[in-house]
Amino acid sequence: MMFDFGKYTVTILGSWGVTLALLAGLIMLTLVKGARVKRALAAQEERMKKNG
Amino acid sequence: MSIWEYANPVKFMKTSGFLLPWLVGLTVLTLVPGLVWGFFFTPLAAEFGATVKVIYVHVPAATFAINIWVMMLVTSLIWLIRRHHVSALAAKAAAPIGMVMTLIALITGAFWGQPMWGTWWEWDPRLTSFLILFLFYLGYMALWEAIENPDTAADLTGVLCLVGSVFALLSRYAAMFWNQGLHQGSTLSLDKEEHIADVFWQPLVLTIVGFGLLFVTLLLLRTRTEIRARRLSALEQRERMA
Repeated sequence: MMFDFGKYTVTILGSWGVTLALLAGLIMLTLVKGARVKRALAAQEERMKKNG
Repeated sequence: MSIWEYANPVKFMKTSGFLLPWLVGLTVLTLVPGLVWGFFFTPLAAEFGATVKVIYVHVPAATFAINIWVMMLVTSLIWLIRRHHVSALAAKAAAPIGMVMTLIALITGAFWGQPMWGTWWEWDPRLTSFLILFLFYLGYMALWEAIENPDTAADLTGVLCLVGSVFALLSRYAAMFWNQGLHQGSTLSLDKEEHIADVFWQPLVLTIVGFGLLFVTLLLLRTRTEIRARRLSALEQRERMA
């Protein structure tokens, strides 16, 4: 089987699983925070433009 | 043209906005093939068996755990000496990436250590200095959040970064300083006699390049967010004062 590494299966799948999960989480948080701040800044600039 | 032009937030936003799509493409083109090559298409190592596959996540993460702190040191020094806000924000933006890289290095090291050394953890010089580096990353991020005035936060985190650099360097060279540790010497060497066989080395280099590009991409994205957040905070303050 492709993911069967005998007695080292837990070592390898554990290492790779944790790495990919942490990297995916980091990328997701970066994108979500980036989008949230960008939206908030655009709304603030719009509000200040309206209010002069 | 001077490099200091990029300390101007407008210039930085413009240049990084242009570079980001290219960086995303290059990251995908190096990281995905590097990881697939390392996981699926490398043979078993004579000494380590299938566990050699752990190096494709452990070594790049460990490499960048240290190098990101060095990058933070450089940008912190630029802030402390020349007072360029973008450099302080770049250091702040890099810290969570470095923290995640250090955590990956620690966890994958523990996974590898269990079958190879018979233990998940050992107070080995390199492991211990990596744990301290991880705590420095957490402390650095906490300090940024704890101080309201951004310039004071940048000053104090800059000083913390200088102190933490001792442990970043120790993490790199600990295996050379103290021979009693379990951790083996460096996996990477430019000396062909010293480094691992080409069949393992080539995908490893590709993966390290991929991790490097991922770091630069995330750094630019996060620095842009920090610049926007700083502007948002300034506008909110101006509105309150009006």
